[in-house]
Amino acid sequence: MLETILAVKNLSTTFHRGGLDLPAVQDVSFSVGRGEVLGLVGESGSGKSVTLRSILGLARRYGTVTGEVLWQGQDLCSAPERTLRQVRGRDIAMIFQEPMTSLNPLLTVSLQLTETLRAHTTLNRAERKKKAIEMLDLVGIPSAASRLGDYPHQFSGGMRQRVMIAIALAANPKLLLADEPTTALDVTIQAQILDLILDLSKRLDMGVILVTHDLGVVAQTCENVAVMYAGRIVEQGSVRQVLRAPLHPYTVGLMRSVPEDVPPRTSLHSVPGTPPSLESLPRGCAFAPRCQRAESACHTQRPTLTDVSTARRVACFHPFETEKEPAA
Amino acid sequence: MTDSQAASVEATVRRRSRTGQALRKPGFMIGVGIIGLSTLLAIFPSVFAPYDPNFIDYNAVRQPPSWAHPFGTDLLGRDSLSRVIWAYSVNMQMAVFATVFAFTIGVVVGALVGYYRGVADMIFGRLVDAIITFPFLVLVIAVVAVLGPGLVNMYIAITVVGWVYYARLMRAETIAQMGNDYAAAGRVMGYSNARIIFRHLLPNAITPVIVYWMTDMALAILLGSSLGYLGLGAQPPQAEWGVLIAEGRNFITTAWWMSLMPGIAIVLTGLGFSLIGDGLADLLRPRG
Repeated sequence: MLETILAVKNLSTTFHRGGLDLPAVQDVSFSVGRGEVLGLVGESGSGKSVTLRSILGLARRYGTVTGEVLWQGQDLCSAPERTLRQVRGRDIAMIFQEPMTSLNPLLTVSLQLTETLRAHTTLNRAERKKKAIEMLDLVGIPSAASRLGDYPHQFSGGMRQRVMIAIALAANPKLLLADEPTTALDVTIQAQILDLILDLSKRLDMGVILVTHDLGVVAQTCENVAVMYAGRIVEQGSVRQVLRAPLHPYTVGLMRSVPEDVPPRTSLHSVPGTPPSLESLPRGCAFAPRCQRAESACHTQRPTLTDVSTARRVACFHPFETEKEPAA
Repeated sequence: MTDSQAASVEATVRRRSRTGQALRKPGFMIGVGIIGLSTLLAIFPSVFAPYDPNFIDYNAVRQPPSWAHPFGTDLLGRDSLSRVIWAYSVNMQMAVFATVFAFTIGVVVGALVGYYRGVADMIFGRLVDAIITFPFLVLVIAVVAVLGPGLVNMYIAITVVGWVYYARLMRAETIAQMGNDYAAAGRVMGYSNARIIFRHLLPNAITPVIVYWMTDMALAILLGSSLGYLGLGAQPPQAEWGVLIAEGRNFITTAWWMSLMPGIAIVLTGLGFSLIGDGLADLLRPRG
């Protein structure tokens, strides 16, 4: 087992809107090891991004965050803003979905790169510039030195995401939170950026939490995966286990929705129904109304996330069999 | 050609096209011309004015426009052209001093409440509602009435009321900019709030506020003249367009030039600022 660098325990984030409590993330626990790539999968609104933002303390301005986020023995969830500011960017960095807006359009790439270095390192001006070139080089920007003075609009979408990664990694963070980093890019660029993140994770021995709704991406890149539904983790395990033999009916549904070996012009499988709204979560299992295996208990009681085998957990009363291949 | 060469060529083309675009906007260039000339008159009135603006000549009272006095003379025989020119320094000063403090306060407050929201923002919202309910002039007159008439008090009064309009605009723009990931990115990089607000959000949000500022300068001249006319702003014998119009109002049927000439100066200067504001709105509009 890898040395654990981040342990999230019972993390819950609730937003309050117009007298209503909206539980965006509930009771989420997972850990990330050094150099490990963890996938966080789920459909829109399942709480993936909020989980990431809660880790860095970005969500607590807008809602109530409870639980523990243990980073090097320190609970970030209860840490003061000052401490968080030290951790952000230096220890834990984050990149975003939309490379078109995640860079400041008015500042040159060089200024934005060196700004991070100035905030978190003691390098002097010349060293910062050298490091900036080194970082752009590292993320695969051709003739890096000559592009330092360029503005974000002079880069393409994929190149901007590379720049964003360079900025995020400038201060040598030990963990990278990647919030759907390839969703806004076209397919060939997606693969390049994923390869880049993977490669950097290996080379820099950096943990990565990769949020995505693309199971293909997870299969390609992650070692472990957590599947989220309506703010909760419903299934957790190694990618090999989860994708080969999913236990939770929701994961099975997701897997069957992947267009693979289907004859052309047939409709794709889809999980019936829509995710519940946060305002009116069902009392029992949140997936029960859409689940074909649901029985009466599923509608009244909530299954807890329980260990099935080592590092393999599922929250379901009627999971698919572990041994047998699920009927696809 | 390598990528970087292509990029730098592209950058040059873009820069050139922006200046070129400005030159090809006749309205904007006319505005720049008017305000440039007005500024010259304001800084060097003695160079352009043919007479001492306060020289009284009882032998030439209320003379109609002539070659000796192109704008005529006033009721004390002072040269109207010279007085209108000297008034440029007062009125252009108004355009700056009545707005620059409101602009500064408004930008800072707007950026802060837009970024932090919360209770401060709610209080700010109520304050804005309360202030914009009243006509601008009424509130300014109320403040001047408390402080007493005069130019400095007038600047204070206009600033006290006017910053709200800038702050409201700046707040909305700041909130809009915060929707972009670079604001969140700044936070996850561990930048301080001050850094995010003033280095990242403010420069991106300020464009519409600058455009409004230009328009507001025109309004400030108008407002300053109105207060001068009412006896609450500049005080006679100081040459100021509002004061000049007030001095001529009793003779509007017999010596129309006394009020008309400063009136034209107001309209022209106001037009100049508005044209610049309009042109800037086009030029500063962000493009891909």
